[in-house]
Amino acid sequence: MNAAVQALKEPPTKVSVRSLDFYYGADRSLKNISLPLRANKVTAFIGPSGCGKSTLLRVLNRMYDLYPGQRAEGEVLLDGENILDPAIDLNALRSRVGMIFQKPTPFPMSIYENIAFGIRLYEKLSRADMDARVEGALRGAALWDEVKDKLQTSGLGLSGGQQQRLCIARSVAVQPEVILFDEPCSALDPISTAKVEELIDELTHRYTIAIVTHNMQQAVRISDYTAFMYLGELVEFGETDDVFNKPKEKRTLDYITGRFG
Amino acid sequence: MFSIEPSPRSANGAGGEAGSDMSEVVLQQAAPLSVAADRTRVLSRLALVDRLFRQVTRAAAVIVLVILGGVIVSLVYGSWPAMKAFGFGFLFSQSWNPVTENFGALPAIYGTVMTSIIAMLIAVPVGLGIAIFLTELCPYVLRRPIGTAIELLAGIPSIIYGIWGLFVLAPFLQSHVQPALIAAFGDIPVFSTLFAGPPYGIGMLTAGFILAIMVLPFIASISRDVFETVPLVLKEAAWGIGATTWEVTRYVVIPYTRVGVIGGVMLGLGRALGETMAVTFVIGNAHKISGSLLAPGTTISATIANEFTEAVGDLYTSALIELGLILFFITFVVLAVARYMLMRIEQKSA
Repeated sequence: MNAAVQALKEPPTKVSVRSLDFYYGADRSLKNISLPLRANKVTAFIGPSGCGKSTLLRVLNRMYDLYPGQRAEGEVLLDGENILDPAIDLNALRSRVGMIFQKPTPFPMSIYENIAFGIRLYEKLSRADMDARVEGALRGAALWDEVKDKLQTSGLGLSGGQQQRLCIARSVAVQPEVILFDEPCSALDPISTAKVEELIDELTHRYTIAIVTHNMQQAVRISDYTAFMYLGELVEFGETDDVFNKPKEKRTLDYITGRFG
Repeated sequence: MFSIEPSPRSANGAGGEAGSDMSEVVLQQAAPLSVAADRTRVLSRLALVDRLFRQVTRAAAVIVLVILGGVIVSLVYGSWPAMKAFGFGFLFSQSWNPVTENFGALPAIYGTVMTSIIAMLIAVPVGLGIAIFLTELCPYVLRRPIGTAIELLAGIPSIIYGIWGLFVLAPFLQSHVQPALIAAFGDIPVFSTLFAGPPYGIGMLTAGFILAIMVLPFIASISRDVFETVPLVLKEAAWGIGATTWEVTRYVVIPYTRVGVIGGVMLGLGRALGETMAVTFVIGNAHKISGSLLAPGTTISATIANEFTEAVGDLYTSALIELGLILFFITFVVLAVARYMLMRIEQKSA
């Protein structure tokens, strides 16, 4: 199979990470990372704690920029545009690249306002249009039926799983292109986890997704591609089936079979 | 000395394990006989200490209530002659005449409330601004020095604010700020009354300024402390959907910390209402209500501080004590309202 045919088979690349290094002060915590995030696919990042998975995610929406002493070198292309360029508009970037955190982070406002807040940052909508968008986002996060009667109550009153889906709805509401999930299920019970996983599957129709997870089964269940990282290096990247069934690297095999990490 | 007869303790406790290993059983069972007795002694001593400790702490708590009650009782007792002489009219009368012994509290109440309002109007926005700058915007190297400077500001004795206010701030306001205010608002209704001349330098506005400077550190440092309690991940979530620092602060940080911020503001207000020394220096001590903020006035605490040494008549003294009771009541109401508001907010967000 020649390269051209191979390229045709591959879905288009949404985000391309090229020779990325990352520094916390003098510590180099990402070493020469290069990999693509394919459009409308789920890419899972696995590896032991501290290997740089979350750091990599935080580069993709420049969240690290909020903190002094953290810097990235290399290139990260989003639709061909280098987002590490200091001139880029960070607010615009973050509206294109949404992020879901380990712990649910509902804002201290009503369920409705949690969704409407993000939309209002960019668009002026009439009351009716806003209602429709909020409902759409909540339906998109499979939360509508559970909260439709209490939209004006505080988002903090929901269960952990509902809060996490509220956060997903909030991200979806601003119509991003890429959504980053940083261990979104680590604080959830198995039923909520199943719902969130189902949701992520749904979301791939419209978004490109990157997810950090410590749960091997979860990576197998929901991802199309898997990147295994270790000590700041990308050890192996490939289609999830290949990475888990016939890993090229011994370290990958050891990790996924639970021999270290 | 060693015995394999089970002790009373191990008979119920570790009985099931007996016989598994001979030597271990022996060692386990020999000790408890004497240890148990020791332990009972120690425990009973601890229980005594514990009871004592409870009584001491309870006494400390009771003393506070007793003192509070004592203050109220002595204030009421002391102000009784004035209450009998003037009744409720005391609250609404503007006269303050030691010679004819005719007293009224309205100018002092008005001055107290007005100077505090001016102080809060200035100090709340500035204090919140400082807190937001320190937590959200300030370069890390500057955070500590600026924060420390603000806390030092709170430590300056109020008499120093007083002399500074009288010798530096008041002349400055008189020559630079007040003429400009008079000129700027001269043609606007309501405001032309509030800022009517002449510029005395000392007066309600100057007292309000001084109070603002004095309560600023409280509001700023409490707000900063509560802003720092906002979980980083919550702010990142807001930044993560593209919010700006302003939007993160306005819609996430402040709503999240509302309760604490209101608490800080109320604490500042409490201090402004009761502050005596600095205000006495710069307010002008005139027992009359003037429409203009530039005019001299007085506050409850300034009146008491100024006049208690010269209050010779019983009624005069009693009137001053009644002023004290009124101040006590006002601060009590402010605190009660603050508590009530905090309670409501907590219920709403829960």
